[in-house]
Amino acid sequence: MLSYDVVIIGGGLAGMRAAIEAAKYARVALLSKVYPTRSHSGAAQGGLNVVINENDSWQSHMFDTVKGSDYLADQDAVETFCKEAPQAMYDLDHMGLIFDRTEDGHLDQKFTGGATFPRNCFGGDLSGHKILHTLYEQLLKSNVTIHNEFTVIKVLTEEKAFQGLMVYDLKHGQIEVVRAKAALMATGGYGQVFLRTTNDAINTGDGMALALRAGASLQDMEFVQFHPTTLFGSNLLVSETLRGDGGWLLNSDGERFMSRYVPTKMELSPRDIVSRCIQSEIREGRGIDGEDYVHLDVAHLHQSGTFDIMKRFPQVSVIAEKFAGIDISKQRLPVQPAQHYSMGGIMANVDGETGIKGFFAAGECACVSIHGANRLGGNSLIDALVFGKRTGISIGQYAAENTMPTLNNEQQQQERQRIASIMDRSGQESTPHIRKELQTLMSADVGIYRDEESLSNALSTIRQLKRKLPNVGIKDKSQVFNTDLLGYLELEYLVELSEIITLGALKRRESRGSHFRKDYPERHDEEWLKHTLVSLQKDGELMIDHKPVSITDLTPAERTY
Amino acid sequence: MAELKLPANSIVKKGKTVNHVEGNNVRKFSVYRWDPDTDENPRTDTYEIDLDQCGPMVLDALLKIKNEIDPTITFRRSCREGICGSCAMNINGRNTLACTKAIADYDGEIKIFPLPHLSVVKDLVPDLTHFYGQLASIQPWIKTETAAPPDRERLQSKEARAKLDGLYECILCACCSTSCPSYWWNSERYLGPAVLLQAHRWIQDSRDEALGERLDELEDPFRLYRCHTIMNCTNTCPKGLNPAKAIAEIKQLMVKRQL
Repeated sequence: MLSYDVVIIGGGLAGMRAAIEAAKYARVALLSKVYPTRSHSGAAQGGLNVVINENDSWQSHMFDTVKGSDYLADQDAVETFCKEAPQAMYDLDHMGLIFDRTEDGHLDQKFTGGATFPRNCFGGDLSGHKILHTLYEQLLKSNVTIHNEFTVIKVLTEEKAFQGLMVYDLKHGQIEVVRAKAALMATGGYGQVFLRTTNDAINTGDGMALALRAGASLQDMEFVQFHPTTLFGSNLLVSETLRGDGGWLLNSDGERFMSRYVPTKMELSPRDIVSRCIQSEIREGRGIDGEDYVHLDVAHLHQSGTFDIMKRFPQVSVIAEKFAGIDISKQRLPVQPAQHYSMGGIMANVDGETGIKGFFAAGECACVSIHGANRLGGNSLIDALVFGKRTGISIGQYAAENTMPTLNNEQQQQERQRIASIMDRSGQESTPHIRKELQTLMSADVGIYRDEESLSNALSTIRQLKRKLPNVGIKDKSQVFNTDLLGYLELEYLVELSEIITLGALKRRESRGSHFRKDYPERHDEEWLKHTLVSLQKDGELMIDHKPVSITDLTPAERTY
Repeated sequence: MAELKLPANSIVKKGKTVNHVEGNNVRKFSVYRWDPDTDENPRTDTYEIDLDQCGPMVLDALLKIKNEIDPTITFRRSCREGICGSCAMNINGRNTLACTKAIADYDGEIKIFPLPHLSVVKDLVPDLTHFYGQLASIQPWIKTETAAPPDRERLQSKEARAKLDGLYECILCACCSTSCPSYWWNSERYLGPAVLLQAHRWIQDSRDEALGERLDELEDPFRLYRCHTIMNCTNTCPKGLNPAKAIAEIKQLMVKRQL
């Protein structure tokens, strides 16, 4: 039986950053569903918001973040985040990160949406790739044991205390128990809930769903970020930094339509606002050729000599060429909004504690909450790094001070039987079919614009789909690398999370940040300036609770730009 | 006369044609299948796809097979945009990423095999343990004597930073190394193009202070010098990188420091 002090689940930015730190205190293993270099963090294009210019201030970063969050972010957490972000950036730099430089050799910075200062450090449009590989190198240097292609299938807990993990080791085809004093969930988001998403195929919300089953609360799940600019057809990400450098959004009339909505910020308004504006243009018939997209134009920046666009955006230029046959130095890109990020996640504090003893969370799968109802571009990678590091320290120290929990054998047996019975199923329903139905439903009814009718319809359909799950047949009966089984387990997570996202959206009768209700278009602080918490009761029913928002210096005000 | 015996599972048998579809734009995909749970030899199964009902990339065809025809087919995939490196495989004799390779680039039947000369875990999933182990062996992390400034970045000029272009973009998909005949014969001892590209990434970094040590580690008839400039690596790299050039530059540095 594998046994460590600390087990980190997930090999993206938060997980690796935490593992590197925790290894200073304890024996650490990192388990990842894929090789860590395959993690979705690597697809991030834009960079990190950090205050490293003397004309900038953490207070300014905090104000932008809290306002961007539509005042739902916890201000004490945001303060910690903004103050610690610069050091997290320097840590990376000292690890040898390859980022863009100014003429005098310092880290270069640029604007992102909703920011009042150009404070985004970046590495072309490959920031995520560079950070992911730099952290992986440090992970190799550390004495962390890496278990590639291990997927966690159960978090063993009892009485709100962590006991251990059960994992499916894909390569060896075995279900194993991993003992540890403490575990950290860092599994990222759930983009596969939606049909239109920028997220990888592996982003199935495993950590959030497993944490819920283990007794943790999920917070603010109704807040789903839709990125304004994803490539029409494939929904591949087209970085906000294209607009940060001066890219234009144009409708079918060739009009820079943002001037009608937010003349002060134009294309660099926060993501929730830009996505709604694009969606409105499309709905009102000003999509290009009557289709569901508008144009993003950066060619004018190339032609005017402002930037060598192909060098400044190597990833986007290749994606555009391969997937749309477009040369961005000459042509406009067809873009539409798509799901991109989860503001909600496992309820956690700034040290990653979840309320379950020995069980921590960080990164996109956690909700600290510094993003509130809408995350600013450039705040997610640095979130993973700041809270990955903090949680790495806290979990390492926890392990140093605590003993190995005793395992409950009955739970293990139950889980082994559960998997065996799933493997035996020969029902007529299919995983991909139900998944597609769910994704189509969620993009249509729980998207950028929501109302009572669409959400009620979605909720009842999700519950119907949930009842079909036991009839899903598993055709692949082999032990090794069974992606048919894995796909089914992931579908369970997607269905469970969809229910929670939709339930939260249905209950929240107001519009705030990314959550826009057509039937309740105003923000309603008296009733709804609070976080949503969802937990699972013993009888399997979901329970909704709330907790207050931490407000320190910034009094909630109308969010106008 | 010596009796020669082929390694287990090296004979790939003709499998079955799994499905038929009607249409004007139907393409055959012949896919390598092997399940370690059985005693059977590998085989190639054939699937027919109506390309009018399928996305443009080879990965789209594989996903269509997995989702609609045969849930047992096994391959790695994730980002579908050429940044994660999961879906590296051999398509019509050439290593590449299935997600960024257009079906329209091929005529006729498309034959898909796992990356060559690696142990197969199952179907199109190769074992990358040794490949990643070799990456760790070159200690691909920054080494400095000089302490980093506590409260700011290490400075790097634009010119020094630009020297790393073409080196850092590697996604460790292993297409290049597993296309290299030298690596096929000597993968136990030759580092291969992908790992040497990473070695060069650190050799070229103005902030790193272990150049001599790094070159010492590579000064070996196998680790570096098994590169015979066959150039398969550069020809096959799905990211358009040039590992052969990086290896040549390392060799040049080896010579220069002798002078």
